[in-house]
Amino acid sequence: MTAQSKIAASFDAESARGDFEILSRTVYGKPLVYLDSGASAQKPRVVLDTMRDFAQSDYANVHRGVHFLSAAATDRYEAARRTVQKFLNAAREDEIVFTKGGTEAINLVSYSYLAPRIQPGDEIVLTVMEHHSNIVPWHFLRERQGAVLRWVDVRDDGSLDIEALDAAITPKTKLVAVTHMSNVLGTITPLKEIVARAHAKGVPVLADGCQGAVHEAVDVQALDIDFYAITGHKLYGPTGIGALYAKRTHLRAMQPFNGGGEMIREVAKERITYADPPARFEAGTPPIIESIGLATALDYLSSFDRKAVAAHEHDLLAYAREQVSQFNWLKVIGDAPGKGAILSFEAEGMHAHDLATILDREGVAVRAGHHCAQPLMERFGVTSTSRASFALYNTRADVDALIAGLHKARGILV
Amino acid sequence: MDNALRELYQEVILDHSRHPRHHGVLEDASHKAEGYNPLCGDRVTVYLKLGEDNRVSDIKFVGKGCAISQASASMMTDMLKGRTAAEADRLMTGFLHLVKGEDASNLLEDDRERLEVMGGISEFPMRVKCATLAWHTYKNAVEEGAT
Repeated sequence: MTAQSKIAASFDAESARGDFEILSRTVYGKPLVYLDSGASAQKPRVVLDTMRDFAQSDYANVHRGVHFLSAAATDRYEAARRTVQKFLNAAREDEIVFTKGGTEAINLVSYSYLAPRIQPGDEIVLTVMEHHSNIVPWHFLRERQGAVLRWVDVRDDGSLDIEALDAAITPKTKLVAVTHMSNVLGTITPLKEIVARAHAKGVPVLADGCQGAVHEAVDVQALDIDFYAITGHKLYGPTGIGALYAKRTHLRAMQPFNGGGEMIREVAKERITYADPPARFEAGTPPIIESIGLATALDYLSSFDRKAVAAHEHDLLAYAREQVSQFNWLKVIGDAPGKGAILSFEAEGMHAHDLATILDREGVAVRAGHHCAQPLMERFGVTSTSRASFALYNTRADVDALIAGLHKARGILV
Repeated sequence: MDNALRELYQEVILDHSRHPRHHGVLEDASHKAEGYNPLCGDRVTVYLKLGEDNRVSDIKFVGKGCAISQASASMMTDMLKGRTAAEADRLMTGFLHLVKGEDASNLLEDDRERLEVMGGISEFPMRVKCATLAWHTYKNAVEEGAT
């Protein structure tokens, strides 16, 4: 037994599978093999049950009524915020803003933090492996305010060159926006080092943690990071909820993005004052039931030894990587050391969509396309790739099904 | 292999995708249009030389994408050559019905037989747009693509 499989043994994926009812269904008469958790993860029973129970017994609007249920719902909503705080190890609960997802969290930073600070010619540093959600909000500032996007390339293996990133940070840089884990390459970025380099030049850092927070435990205080965005549905929670961690000093200096109920202190005809963070950034009725679902999902994930889960996922990746390395007709895109459990590839003579269709008929769900990362596709000279992403509930049998499906697809298409 | 897959990836379709007909740039095109499917990145550019009644006197395409999109483009160029705009419209309408599994009885008997191989796509709703990309691009070229 290798050291790695010993660690993996302390996490029982087979047992965890039992928590996810959907995994026992069939697709086209074949057992479902779900390898698309990087797009969205399945939800354990406890998340779905808790959301329903809450809606059935404790539901009302939050921060509004004086009645019993409103107080109960508010308690649960604020408890959910503390769960997110704990999950990210934020110093204070008011540093957690609920959003509708990772995209909204990043847009909030773009509109409320960066936009008022951008003069024409100011620079935003980002990498070519960003998801569109960590590109397009900065393009807005380029289009509307004359910001300059400074792109940091990745190496051929998909790893980030910290020196190249450091060199891209100039006196004009107003923000470094970088993924914690690439949704295509699986590359994990050295966030702590990135933050240290950026802070040395007085530049704040935003991390897109939509993949990274699923893969490993995050400690925003240890990272000393300024902004960290997460989304619920990749963390085994519901859609429609995410969160932004931001340092309190930043949040207090930020103007609101959405206007509406709950985010004000006082509204008069000619005058308005705003609530303190985080309420300032949570206009309107928030996703209340979803916040309870997210908190439950984070508790579920935290109930495991996170290192053991990561080791299990790494084992699946290594197993899959070893199998496909025998195929001279398949090219893996992204082989950075220590990468997360995502396997993207191109197969000779098989377009990703044809491959995904054939795999689908075998019950194997993979993602095919540009993965909302077109600059990265351009970097590697491809228009689309196939991607298998591994979650805590996947097993080596899932990898075997993928490999068998690849053989079958080749038999049909080539 | 399951029947639906066998239907979808028939030898005729794979042959068109591997050896596309009328592939390349038409230097003296009178019309052209680019089609792009942002969801999957399929691309096709259709070049036309239109004569009287918008008859397709010559047609070529270049493209990059899945087997279905490229095979469909190849078959389309084969079938459109020599047709007037009215004939092409009838063909296109019938084709769009066929790939969605709808009634395609407006097609001429001979056309229906030739297009039948694309009928398997109706079992794969997520892939219909791959098959229709070239046809919509042709239509755009005729309507808005005068060079």
